Amino acid sequence: MNDITVRTALRDAMAEEMRANPNVFLLGEEVASYNGAYKISQGLLEEFGATRVIDTPITEHGFTGIGVGAAMAGLRPIIEFMTFNFAMQAIDHIVNSAAKTLYMSGGKINCPIVFRGANGIPGSVAAQHSHCFASWYAHCPGLKVVAPYSALEAKGLLKLAIRDDNPVVFLEHEMLYGKRFEIQTSPTELVALDKAVILRSGTDITITSFSISVQYALDAADVLYDKYGISAEVINLITLRPIDKETIIESVKKTGRILNVEEGWMSCGIGSEITALVIENAFDYLDCEPMRLSSAEVPVPYSKSLECLAQANSEKVVILSRSMLQK
Amino acid sequence: MINVKDILALYRKMVLVRAFEEKASMLYAQGHVLGFCHLYIGQEAVATGIFHNLSSNDSSITSYRDHAHMLILGVHPNVVMAELCGKVTGSSKGKGGSMHMYSKEHNFYGGNGIVGAQVALGTGLAFAHKYKNDGGISFTFFGDGAANQGQVYESFNMASLWKLPIVYVLENNGYAMGTSTKRAASGKGLATRGDSFEIPTILVDGMNLFDVLEKSKEAISYVRCGNGPIIMHVDTYRYRGHSMSDPATYRTREEVNAVKENRDPILKVKNILINEYSILLDDIVKVDNEIGDIIEQAAKFAIESKFPEESELEMDVTI
Ligand SMILES: Cc1ncc(C[n+]2csc(CCOP(=O)(O)OP(=O)(O)O)c2C)c(N)n1
Ligand SMILES: [Mg+2]
Repeated sequence: MNDITVRTALRDAMAEEMRANPNVFLLGEEVASYNGAYKISQGLLEEFGATRVIDTPITEHGFTGIGVGAAMAGLRPIIEFMTFNFAMQAIDHIVNSAAKTLYMSGGKINCPIVFRGANGIPGSVAAQHSHCFASWYAHCPGLKVVAPYSALEAKGLLKLAIRDDNPVVFLEHEMLYGKRFEIQTSPTELVALDKAVILRSGTDITITSFSISVQYALDAADVLYDKYGISAEVINLITLRPIDKETIIESVKKTGRILNVEEGWMSCGIGSEITALVIENAFDYLDCEPMRLSSAEVPVPYSKSLECLAQANSEKVVILSRSMLQK
Repeated sequence: MINVKDILALYRKMVLVRAFEEKASMLYAQGHVLGFCHLYIGQEAVATGIFHNLSSNDSSITSYRDHAHMLILGVHPNVVMAELCGKVTGSSKGKGGSMHMYSKEHNFYGGNGIVGAQVALGTGLAFAHKYKNDGGISFTFFGDGAANQGQVYESFNMASLWKLPIVYVLENNGYAMGTSTKRAASGKGLATRGDSFEIPTILVDGMNLFDVLEKSKEAISYVRCGNGPIIMHVDTYRYRGHSMSDPATYRTREEVNAVKENRDPILKVKNILINEYSILLDDIVKVDNEIGDIIEQAAKFAIESKFPEESELEMDVTI
């Protein structure tokens, strides 16, 4: 057992995979000399040199395409987006070039690439820098989409993502980078690119979430239990494509209630998908309608007074859960 | 020829920008300003000089480093500072913050947080000027880092093809975050980037207000005559880190100090006013003090203003 930050976990995952496979390299803005805008690649330039840890100009569409091309040719690029907001410049290559080529080539050409970086709402940086893209990518066949919460998940899943033969969108969260977690010695054996985990078991309501929202769900579960005697089962979805249907459905069959918490907008969000899955697969087990908690349907405002209204948080999880149990 | 009254007025604007930015950095340290905050200190002569020759029909757009543009165009410092503090009295009612300031009244379209995006948008402003035949031109500011984005060249191509009325102001301050221009740009340098589109480029010393004034006049008359786009390659420097959270360890203290001592745009104008126009130091100090008061007022106004009410949250999403 070891206590490390998510930041270190991500760095270690890249370093270990780069040591293991010379075809793995890191490409992105400020990843080399500056050691990463958020210091995720600390020390990697020093260890692996400038042919494998490469600073790009600010040109997301171009360097993402270069990464995808290199992956088609057999290399294993890790593309770092300073934040996923800027991956919008490159989403064409992520979807049209990376996600679809295996299919279009009848299985001949695959694309082993990882697109990683900060996603979500870091706080006080306004609309263009506060955006959860989970549902955007989870929509697309051909991609795997992962959003870890803990350091163990960050490390284990990033290592698996790098080894995976498909394009993987790896959504990190700036507010989790500095958070410490205990981590076991063999993380890749404890996680999978298609498995959710039950972080806390309960009997009254299932709360699903991913990334930073897991924290809101866990905090809320404590309050629900201590103050209101409500036993919440907290599921960390971890992978959003493919989504771990079995774990969710089994849980709902037990609790009869489900609430999803996410940072993205509600319309066509991950919560919408989960609601549909539950209705299709466990309708008869439901004691009340499935609920969704997400950000307000507005571009995220800068001002603190409005931003906290716009965002999900643990208090809102508590309020919604109580209303579902009428307690 | 520019007269001494104009020079004094321009000096005042540059001092306003610098004092404003210094205050913003203090309010940031005190927790009144949050998130990203990019200062224009060192680059004051660029927007000041270029906007001096602006006509009321003209439009402009820039990156997240936008406080100065608002101030120079004439938006009240209270309103700009209030936006920085997320207050309802700010230019976007607190919803945009440091990176997203706009002034419809001055045809200023932001304030864009996505590096390079303003170049295509600014080209669109030029398209609208031409379409409406309103005689206006677009001033599109972007950095040396932004100059590597693909959409810049897509824009150059169409601007040249369609002879759009636009002055591209490439503010080369030497760095894009921690990446120096020479580590990011291939070829003979950014000043040659217009060549293959046959867009002429004027070289400008952005630390010298008089050079900016003269060259922008040239650029503007070229564009107003219907010749199509022009690029001003402006050599400038930012004194502070990229944003408030950047310790700027990628350059030496000596490098920064050398620019401050030898090329400071405000000091240069001040010396010229004193030595060549016989303005008394006292009169200059008076301007500095007046600006100091205005900035103190702006900070007070911003701090005392209210945060937006809950009802504001869902307003302005669609019309
Ligand atoms: C598309 C995109 N990629 C990356 C970023 C992060 N970023 C913000 S500013 C910046 C550097 C831009 O430098 P430059 O264009 O030279 O302008 P300056 O900051 O020097 O004014 C970067 C990489 C962004 N905002 N948008
Ligand atoms: Mg720059």
